[in-house]
Amino acid sequence: MRNTLAETGAFFPRDRSWHPKAFTPDYKTSVLRSPQKALLSLSNTVSEITGPVFGHDMLGEMDDDLIYNYAKPGESAIGERIVVHGRVLDERGRGVSGALVEFWQANAAGRYRHKKETYLAPLDPNFGGCGRTITDDDGSYAFRTIKPGPYPWPNGVNDWRPAHIHFSIFGHGFAQRLITQMYFEGDPLIPICPIVNTIGDPEAISRLTAPLDMNNTIPMDSRAFKFDIVLRGRRSTMFENRKEGN
Amino acid sequence: MAQALNMLKESASQTAGPYVHIGCTPNFTGIEGVYDEDLGKVMVNDDTLGERITITGRVIDGSGTPLKDALLEIWQADHKGLYNSPAETRGLADPNFKGWGRQPTDMTTGVFTFETIKPGRVPFVDGRMQAPHVTFWIVARGINLGLNTRMYFGDEEEANAEDPVLARVEHRVRVPTLIAGREGNTYTFDINLQGPNETVFFDI
Repeated sequence: MRNTLAETGAFFPRDRSWHPKAFTPDYKTSVLRSPQKALLSLSNTVSEITGPVFGHDMLGEMDDDLIYNYAKPGESAIGERIVVHGRVLDERGRGVSGALVEFWQANAAGRYRHKKETYLAPLDPNFGGCGRTITDDDGSYAFRTIKPGPYPWPNGVNDWRPAHIHFSIFGHGFAQRLITQMYFEGDPLIPICPIVNTIGDPEAISRLTAPLDMNNTIPMDSRAFKFDIVLRGRRSTMFENRKEGN
Repeated sequence: MAQALNMLKESASQTAGPYVHIGCTPNFTGIEGVYDEDLGKVMVNDDTLGERITITGRVIDGSGTPLKDALLEIWQADHKGLYNSPAETRGLADPNFKGWGRQPTDMTTGVFTFETIKPGRVPFVDGRMQAPHVTFWIVARGINLGLNTRMYFGDEEEANAEDPVLARVEHRVRVPTLIAGREGNTYTFDINLQGPNETVFFDI
């Protein structure tokens, strides 16, 4: 939970040249789903700087353990056991406490448990594929899962997604809302993926790629991957002379 | 040379993909037993203050087809215009109203529905009052970075006319894309991603 006075400053503007553009025709679905008119720039009002609180008490005991949270008693998900951990920070380098972090992924064979999924790889009866946690006071989080498999998808005739875990992060303000994906160091599918390549800057891609973390690897149990996530920072209100309205 | 600013870069966004429901509304896609209830599904309880309303609509692509795999989140003030948030400095919001909701679009029809209350007015940065509004965030397969927009209320003509954000819309023919029509207690808010009626999206 947050133990310091809440901040009320406006968020730093988003660097939209760093994020993927809306219209990225190599990722075909974006063609009809990308707004074509200019976005209207809006100074943050109280509607954007505020956000709900998610308390640790909403979490179930197994929410951060995808190996067991859908498994039958005494069984576990099939696959390479891994721990994913890191911190949620803001652009000022401060840990974001109390952030809701949700994650979802395919199973070890690259198959999602979803009504509309049709890939021929098998479902794992002990793997649901969802989990969530809330960051500690310093912004740190961790969860256990199996490494997801790569899978083919209908875009080009032979496009494959690199192994990845989807992340949804909810920080302190609605304007910080972010969904992204984590990739695994060394995956040869990363540089040829049309979704990865919606991002123009190779540095931005490398920051979505989690390295193997041997120091936090649990001997004879699970490898660890470290994945830090950065949300928008916000201005200090310390010297703002305009008191009204925000 | 000067000192480095040492600022971090925001993590780049990636699409929520077609299976966003697995992570955000697992019960909706048949993954039951992990979470009791999908987060953000229920916004009001018996003690929530304010006028009960329904917000419904579709997210429509450039071919006129509703998205059947989108996820929407809304964030709004309580009936008095207070946000239930630690960053709300003007008073304490209704404890029975979190103000945040999350809904998928129906997998067959593409319709989304929020059961909520009508929010009060909140101030703009300069202290002028904004018209009642609900903030929207939309993600889906094919959307590379979540889209931000607002829904205003069609029966708030006077407040809408003096709203500082609506006043910023240069092309006045686009203002109606932000305003939901009322019928009974239901407001209908279709979000058009492209085309002549493309919804005004915000860079917030």
